[in-house]
Amino acid sequence: MTAERDWPLYEVFVRGKRGLNHVHVGSLHAADDRMALTHARDLYTRRNEGVSIWVVRSAHIAASTRDEKDPFFDPSADKVYRHPTFYDIPDDVPHI
Amino acid sequence: MSDDHVYLTLAEEHEDDTRWAYGTGFEDPLHGVDTTVPDGVDRAALAGLCLALGDDALVAAQRLAEWTTRAPELEEEVALANIGLDLLGQARLLYARCGQVDGTGRGEDAYAYFRDPAGFRNVTLAELPNGDFAFSMVRLLVFASWRLAHLQRLTASPDPVLAAVAAKGVKELTYHRQYAAEWVVRLGDGTEESHRRTRAALRQVTPHLGELFTAYDAREEVVAVLRQVTDAAGVPLPAWTPGPGAGRRGVHTEHLAPLLAELQSVARAHPEASW
Repeated sequence: MTAERDWPLYEVFVRGKRGLNHVHVGSLHAADDRMALTHARDLYTRRNEGVSIWVVRSAHIAASTRDEKDPFFDPSADKVYRHPTFYDIPDDVPHI
Repeated sequence: MSDDHVYLTLAEEHEDDTRWAYGTGFEDPLHGVDTTVPDGVDRAALAGLCLALGDDALVAAQRLAEWTTRAPELEEEVALANIGLDLLGQARLLYARCGQVDGTGRGEDAYAYFRDPAGFRNVTLAELPNGDFAFSMVRLLVFASWRLAHLQRLTASPDPVLAAVAAKGVKELTYHRQYAAEWVVRLGDGTEESHRRTRAALRQVTPHLGELFTAYDAREEVVAVLRQVTDAAGVPLPAWTPGPGAGRRGVHTEHLAPLLAELQSVARAHPEASW
């Protein structure tokens, strides 16, 4: 009877002090959502990284599979015109 | 960034780099605090208080560190080590202040490593062996609740250093108490086995409330917290009676000497070493 078998996996997203969005930082085991938050606090923000945490059960994430890689992503590989590289971006516009 | 100054680099703000991999902007809790002992402060009493609170933290930290490699889950192991390190940090600042105030000029190592058990002033609750996980959680709940009340009071200390250490500690202990409370509820309201062990732990820990309240009387706050948690956990809170406060007088259980022997062994084997 190991707890690992019983405790579901969670994915952890942390927003850094000056980060603009939550970034996936890793995963952990926890018995419930609340414990997942405290574990995330103890495992992933102990070096003063974060100001906000999201946790979500890994099982609740719908993910694309390796098999779908080619049809999903390769078609965009030759369509450089979709990049907005033909614009001049002013220097004072941040986060681009 | 120079490799020679990694710590300094981390301590600086990095306004321009939102993708900095590690946390930055670390703070020194004593930054800008005047270390002069104010007129009218009883130096002996202040040193004694810093020593006692430092000893509580050091001994509790050592017990928490003993869970490393033994905790039921990797995540809990890191959590317990974090809490221990918070307390160790408090102990270091308190010992350093004690050395400034008591006139001996001793450094923190002198207090941690070169005193014998009879010289320690920690409450005996802190030195009891870890027992099972339920005991450790109940003990942590009681210790953190009491210490939190104590440090909250000391944020108004006339000594600016002690007040600053207390202010730092309040945030840390608020989390420690929350962490322990969640576990006590989980265990008390869990399986038949965890319920039984939580009740047993409460019966072992509550007799020490008398000693805690002799050292600092926070009975109203602490008992209110314990009642709230035990009600949520579905376990009875045993009655307690006033106690003599042995630990604060240097009278300890047989468990402190082996704890200190392990804690002090390396420093005593290499007394001039620096690390």
